[in-house]
Amino acid sequence: MCLAIPAKIIKINKKTATVETLGVKKEIDISLVPGVRTGDFVIVHAGFAIQSIDKEDAVSIQNYWKEYLDEQQN
Amino acid sequence: MNSKTRELILSLNNNKPARKINIMEVCGTHTMAISRYGLRQLIPENINLISGPGCPVCVTPAGDIDWIMEIMEQYEISLFTFGDMLRVPGTRSSLYGKRSEGKDINICYSPSDALDFARKNPVKKVIFLAIGFETTIPLTAVIVKRAYLEKINNFYIFNTHKLIPEALELLVNDREIKIDAFLCPGHVSVIIGSKPYGFLAKNYGIPCVISGFEPEDILQSIAMILEQIKKETAEIEIQYRRVVKEEGNPAAVRLIYEIFDKSDSTWRGLGNISGSGLKLKDRFLKFDAGTQFPVKKIRSGEPAGCECGNVLKGIKRPFECRLFSKTCKPESPVGTCMVSREGSCAAYYKYERKHKNIKSDTKNLYKNR
Repeated sequence: MCLAIPAKIIKINKKTATVETLGVKKEIDISLVPGVRTGDFVIVHAGFAIQSIDKEDAVSIQNYWKEYLDEQQN
Repeated sequence: MNSKTRELILSLNNNKPARKINIMEVCGTHTMAISRYGLRQLIPENINLISGPGCPVCVTPAGDIDWIMEIMEQYEISLFTFGDMLRVPGTRSSLYGKRSEGKDINICYSPSDALDFARKNPVKKVIFLAIGFETTIPLTAVIVKRAYLEKINNFYIFNTHKLIPEALELLVNDREIKIDAFLCPGHVSVIIGSKPYGFLAKNYGIPCVISGFEPEDILQSIAMILEQIKKETAEIEIQYRRVVKEEGNPAAVRLIYEIFDKSDSTWRGLGNISGSGLKLKDRFLKFDAGTQFPVKKIRSGEPAGCECGNVLKGIKRPFECRLFSKTCKPESPVGTCMVSREGSCAAYYKYERKHKNIKSDTKNLYKNR
């Protein structure tokens, strides 16, 4: 329920942004993380960025969630 | 299992605590990871990992489900909520049952979906069934504020949001369970940071570690807890520094309290907990579905024989419920802890049934490798 997955910001459009997460592009809301820029990494919960995160950490965490979500869907 | 995980397991087994230690996790995703990787079976027997009320779906009382269903019955409503909520049993039926009767009940990925629908369909009355802990509350706050600023008059929330630290205080004061330490939730703490848990260390001497979700995160957090216990200290430590900051997300916290005030809230199994919920501030009350769509409350009750209440408090393990894996299964859940994929009963059902009676054997197997 409280899942939050790292994503990379590709394009910002005021309060929303296009992000790439686990190989998929999505539109998310970025109003809870003021000051984020294109290229930054954030963690995303239910369509909202809730925190900024370093690139290295984002990549390592992303692998875990990919495996987790794949298993949940099966 | 990688070498770091292996090392952590060996180290925990070589530094076994002198007494039995009860560590409660209060996050459904931790519960899942502990079950999925069999961590309970890999750590010393006297470290007892107990699942607490860490899944928002699981702690939703039947009364809330009955209430929203009564609203759906009496008014023409389009309801939006997260998937698992549809299967939560009310006293008579579930939202899933209501949907099959033809009610307009929609699963959304984001709370924004509900507001977007309201914006595009001004003649419809749209309710977002807002559920979740601090991780999700700021999202609801964003959409309420947006609805207010945009003067959207057909959007409402049915608010069941709950706050974690207040529930933890109730649990440490419970005489039936003895909690030595908390494994604090990672994503709730992304929002609130480490300070709101401070009273647990200061007033109750309970060590707390905010943990990540991978097996080595959880094992390392357990090691950090044991170290505090060994040194006879109690602090709030952050193991999940990759994501959690001490101050949390101050912008998100500010927004929560711009929209909501603290209030009491009823938790399934735990009862009413003072200050553990939120209510919309007076100027946002026009968005409150409970106020705007008055209904006569029906008499609610929990399913007979269901032990979710005791499971949520850590008093009983899922195996100890006589309905577990008999009449209560993931495909036909009786209690909420089996409804949510991250509920304790669902996690035990999926991963730990085979370990029911062989905890020590599994551990010995590992040690001999």
